[in-house]
Amino acid sequence: MSRASQLMLARRKAGRWHWTDIAAYTYLAFGVVLMFGPVAWLVLSSFKTQAGLLEFPPSLLPMSQQEVMVPGNPQPLPLFEVTMEDGSKRVLAQVRRIGIQAQMVDPKDPTQQFRVPIDKRVPVRQFKLATENYTEPLERFAFTRFLSNSVFVTVVATLITLLINSMAAYALSIYEFRGKNTAMLMVIGTLMIPITIILVPVYLVITHLGLVNSLWAVILPGAATPTGVFLLRQYMLTLPRDLIEAARMDKASEWQIYWRIVMPLAMPALAVLAIFSIMWRWNEFLWPLAVLTKTESYTLQIGLNAFQGELQTQWHYLLAMTVVTLLPVALVFVFLQRFITTGIANTGMK
Amino acid sequence: MAQLTLSGITKSFGTTTVIHGVDLKVEDGEFVVFVGPSGCGKSTLLRIIAGLEEVTSGMIAIDGEDVSRLPASERGLAMVFQSYALYPHMSVYKNMAFALENMGLKTPDIDQRVRRAATMLRLTDYLDRKPKALSGGQRQRVAIGRAIVRDPKIFLFDEPLSNLDAELRVATRKELAGLHAELGGTMIYVTHDQVEAMTLADRIVVLQGGRIEQIGTPLDLYNAPDNLFVAGFIGSPRMNLLPARISGPGTVAVGEDGQVVETGIVAPLKPGATVTLGIRPEHIALAKNGEAGLTMTIDLVERLGGESYLYGSAPGLPQITVRLDGQTSHGRGDSVTIRLPIAHQHVFNEAGKAMGRQ
Ligand SMILES: Nc1ncnc2c1ncn2[C@@H]1O[C@H](COP(=O)(O)OP(=O)(O)OP(=O)(O)O)[C@@H](O)[C@H]1O
Ligand SMILES: [Mg+2]
Repeated sequence: MSRASQLMLARRKAGRWHWTDIAAYTYLAFGVVLMFGPVAWLVLSSFKTQAGLLEFPPSLLPMSQQEVMVPGNPQPLPLFEVTMEDGSKRVLAQVRRIGIQAQMVDPKDPTQQFRVPIDKRVPVRQFKLATENYTEPLERFAFTRFLSNSVFVTVVATLITLLINSMAAYALSIYEFRGKNTAMLMVIGTLMIPITIILVPVYLVITHLGLVNSLWAVILPGAATPTGVFLLRQYMLTLPRDLIEAARMDKASEWQIYWRIVMPLAMPALAVLAIFSIMWRWNEFLWPLAVLTKTESYTLQIGLNAFQGELQTQWHYLLAMTVVTLLPVALVFVFLQRFITTGIANTGMK
Repeated sequence: MAQLTLSGITKSFGTTTVIHGVDLKVEDGEFVVFVGPSGCGKSTLLRIIAGLEEVTSGMIAIDGEDVSRLPASERGLAMVFQSYALYPHMSVYKNMAFALENMGLKTPDIDQRVRRAATMLRLTDYLDRKPKALSGGQRQRVAIGRAIVRDPKIFLFDEPLSNLDAELRVATRKELAGLHAELGGTMIYVTHDQVEAMTLADRIVVLQGGRIEQIGTPLDLYNAPDNLFVAGFIGSPRMNLLPARISGPGTVAVGEDGQVVETGIVAPLKPGATVTLGIRPEHIALAKNGEAGLTMTIDLVERLGGESYLYGSAPGLPQITVRLDGQTSHGRGDSVTIRLPIAHQHVFNEAGKAMGRQ
């Protein structure tokens, strides 16, 4: 805790505020608002009721109008604070609204009825979390199914990506063979081809393999990424040559060098790639949309899309489920980021 | 335990040739040291033997068997790297056991070998530590341990002590000598430190520019250097090498003023031929009154208590170093006459080759 506060209040010189401190903090605060503002808005809005979302002017916190049950009315009635003609204020429930007049009733004494001009009343609001935004889609729609599909795709695809990419990177950085540079150039070359161009041919391949609507159709085509190969290769090139040669002297086979020496030492780069892969896979939209047509094979992103109808968008569900889709990626990042920072500080050289 | 034969080894990187035909035979159990200035190809030659670098031409044979095309892992040699190259993610124990696991040994066997090596190298307390939690000297011992558990045919060392501080270097040097006595393996050791070479080697191989200048026991090289390079390289402080001309039978003239010095040579050289006269600082003595010799002016005196060094100059000669036992009363600016005993003189002809003595 004290370390956190130390970090938050760090200054150029202890105990004094230099103008650069203030400038730096202002700039950082601006950055935080810029980055976190939309996320905070998303989370807060996801707890608003459908009506609350459409309210104007919008409120930051999820407020909703208080409602009461009044005998003689089947539905709960919204509460208003009304300025009466004599200037006094009372809390009344609105039965119905007719033009610019509202018919109100005193909830404590339902026999008392009033007619009030609508500009004389202000809604009574309270802080309320609309948790049904979360529970309903998870119960009523197949959202848990989407969630498990997404988890499966992300985990399996990331594992395959790490394995395949690290093997390719090992070959391109450490293993000696003729045509190594050509192979590297070709891998890099595929970076230039955007996915939209190969969408149709890959789709045809997937169809011929009979994989449409299977999650493997999402996992397999993107398993080997040139970016990942490149990233890992560059990292492996920085591993001390002596280590690899020591392993060769120690009678290690290429496979053992890869698995027991290079992989553990490439952890920081693998963690970076894992984070990237998880984010790519979790947020992937276009390709799953193309190959997944049955609801039960939908991933979260495709499922979210279903809330966005042609005529009407269910914003409250959409926002809540967006939060659900954001959470796992954020958690993954929290756990893996320490690997990125540890780096290769722990090599055994010298 | 094995014997190694190199014949006609050359090595080129692209168009530059760094090893120009090396022939060498290392006997079983011998401790051979490669020594030479930086960039002369010592490491390259060692890596060629190890199999980490392919030969361009020539043959490497271990126990008479051609291994030139075998990969490093199949030659059965062990190497200690200058950087130690310990696996940073493995404990000391794992570092030493790695090779044994790769050889397919059983766990109890591995355990026994690792513990024996650890005891020998005083590493038993550190077996569970990672390399980063060790001192330089301990890392060094782990690197050696990793080589000895394997029981390799030949041990290869590439400047294993160069990362240690001076004191530790001396201590580890002694340990290595002890280890060689204990294990008795064939060892090839690369260094550019001639004290290491002199103290450790059974035989020294002096390399320069990718060629062998001379092979011999440390004292052979000291007493009878084949050429100017070896003469200047072996011995500390360096041998004094004075340009001279033959002035008559058994005499040469050195320096601008042509001071005549007696040498024992009756070589096929004609008077007037250029030669180099070499003599080690420890073999020079100060002439007693009236004795003939070479006169020089003292520029600097270093007094170490037990011994003293005089640095002097004479016209047309490079600085002359003289080592005297005990303490001296001579000081800067004094003119002294030095005696160059014929028995300790080395004479090199114009091509830099040593001339036969009488
Ligand atoms: N991979 C390589 N490509 C090109 N030239 C190389 C390569 N490796 C070594 N050399 C060259 O070969 C020569 C010998 O190098 P080597 O490393 O064997 O020297 P060394 O005697 O071990 O020197 P040091 O005492 O500094 O370690 C050097 O001139 C070096 O530049
Ligand atoms: Mg070297």
